[in-house]
Amino acid sequence: MARVLMKGCEAIAEAAVRAGCRFFAGYPITPQNEIPEYLARRLPEVGGVFVQGESEIASVNMVYGAASAGTRSMTSSSSPGIALKSEGISYCAAARIPMVYANISRGGPGVGAIQPAQQDYFQATRASGNGGFEMLVLAPSTVQEAVDLTYAAFDYADRDRNPVLILADGVIGAMMEPVELPPMKTDGEIAAIKASKAGWACTGHKLDYANRAWIQPGQWDTAKMQRENERAAALYASWEKDIQVEEYQVEDAEVVIAAYGVCARIGKSAVDLCRAAGKKVGLIRPITVHPFPRAAFDHINYDICRAVLDVEMSIPAQMVQDVRMGVKGRCPIETCLCSGGNIMSREAVLSAVDAILAR
Amino acid sequence: METNLCVAGFGGQGVMTLGKFLASAACDATGKNVTFFPSYGAEQRGGTANCFVVISDGMIGAPLGDVMDDLIVMNGPSLSKFLKTLKPGGTLFINSSIVEEGDVDREDVKLVKAPVTEMALDMGSAKVLNVVMLGVYVGYTEVVPPEVVWETIEHKLGSKPKLLPLNRRAFEAGLKLGREQR
Repeated sequence: MARVLMKGCEAIAEAAVRAGCRFFAGYPITPQNEIPEYLARRLPEVGGVFVQGESEIASVNMVYGAASAGTRSMTSSSSPGIALKSEGISYCAAARIPMVYANISRGGPGVGAIQPAQQDYFQATRASGNGGFEMLVLAPSTVQEAVDLTYAAFDYADRDRNPVLILADGVIGAMMEPVELPPMKTDGEIAAIKASKAGWACTGHKLDYANRAWIQPGQWDTAKMQRENERAAALYASWEKDIQVEEYQVEDAEVVIAAYGVCARIGKSAVDLCRAAGKKVGLIRPITVHPFPRAAFDHINYDICRAVLDVEMSIPAQMVQDVRMGVKGRCPIETCLCSGGNIMSREAVLSAVDAILAR
Repeated sequence: METNLCVAGFGGQGVMTLGKFLASAACDATGKNVTFFPSYGAEQRGGTANCFVVISDGMIGAPLGDVMDDLIVMNGPSLSKFLKTLKPGGTLFINSSIVEEGDVDREDVKLVKAPVTEMALDMGSAKVLNVVMLGVYVGYTEVVPPEVVWETIEHKLGSKPKLLPLNRRAFEAGLKLGREQR
């Protein structure tokens, strides 16, 4: 498969099409506009449907509807737009509707800044809507990984009958990089996926009131509602096996950088520069930021590690709370941060590492 | 080996296109890694626009570095904004039609001058100044083989074949000028 140069947003969109996504509804916002722009042209080519909704709330609810009918469906937005979609996401989680959405995140809070940021970590991993539901949250740090994770996200969503979130920052969305695209699902494969949902989806049942599909984002019966919460909790507990993390030169490291998304690739190049200069630095890069790979922090040698350096484009730091639960007090945790649409500087990371090593 | 390039100019000068052509050629022609990152925000025709291209044999960390190996400056405001990011010994390419050589207040960088606005106007269209500058850059650095860059341009302009002769002339003129200053 030849590699092609693609923008992160367009690569996510193409990966969705190849995974069998045949419905997308969205509403414009920078820096994710290239996803709907691409799909507006691409989806009709493959017999899919693209809708630019009148708002974020309308579009997420269109996805709720399309996915309820068994079609692989997606929406995307950026930070404040994702906040608007939270009601629909929560409804999808409650009604057990598989769908995929991408947050190409920017500065915040509020309307924030249109430039890249990682200011939505808590929103993504803790509460993407009301009701305490959880999702697999996948955080790519290259355009290739954005493709691979988007492709896989639809499988996760269908397997769990739950929303899956792609959390990418504006750098990953806006940058171009060579990618190898995954195979296009055939019409037969897509039909089989849809058919596999016939047990619950509104795919056109006979007039059979006892067995008809029933999409229900809640229960009036308190006992039933509790059972739904218990079933969801068991699902979330099963995700331990789905945790993905990259550990890079951790074993003998005196400083371990913890970073995700664009900060992780900047951190990894900082590790290489440090190693070339004889400095023992490593990296832990969560790929699933929820569930968070806490166990990776058990692989640090705390006899020699002076500190874990949490690198985020967020002020205050957010992922650092998960890092803290991984480190469990075994060494100090320092931060290297920027926000507001400023992009993490490798020089800043190197200075922070040097400051720790100089002590 | 990693090359960090910043291309900066007015919106409408084709700064992004220049960077994309180069990145695309690096992707098509070589086994190297490449990234293209555009600044975005309040960019508009007449405002400032810039993009970053990194070409590397190894993994690319930051798609926009803190320190540039090469800097292409298409207008005056971009010179004052980005000259400080160029590393000592780095190469500065200026559009000498509108960027004053006297404003380059650093002695520790190599200077490549190309009057690309005038050259483009002489060829009949101001629009091809970015292709002239791409030629200058590729001719001077040979970071990607020139024939591959041309194939990329040809491919990208595929839907508008009548633009090809002019762009070919622009690219060749730039290549010649770049090679002469090696």
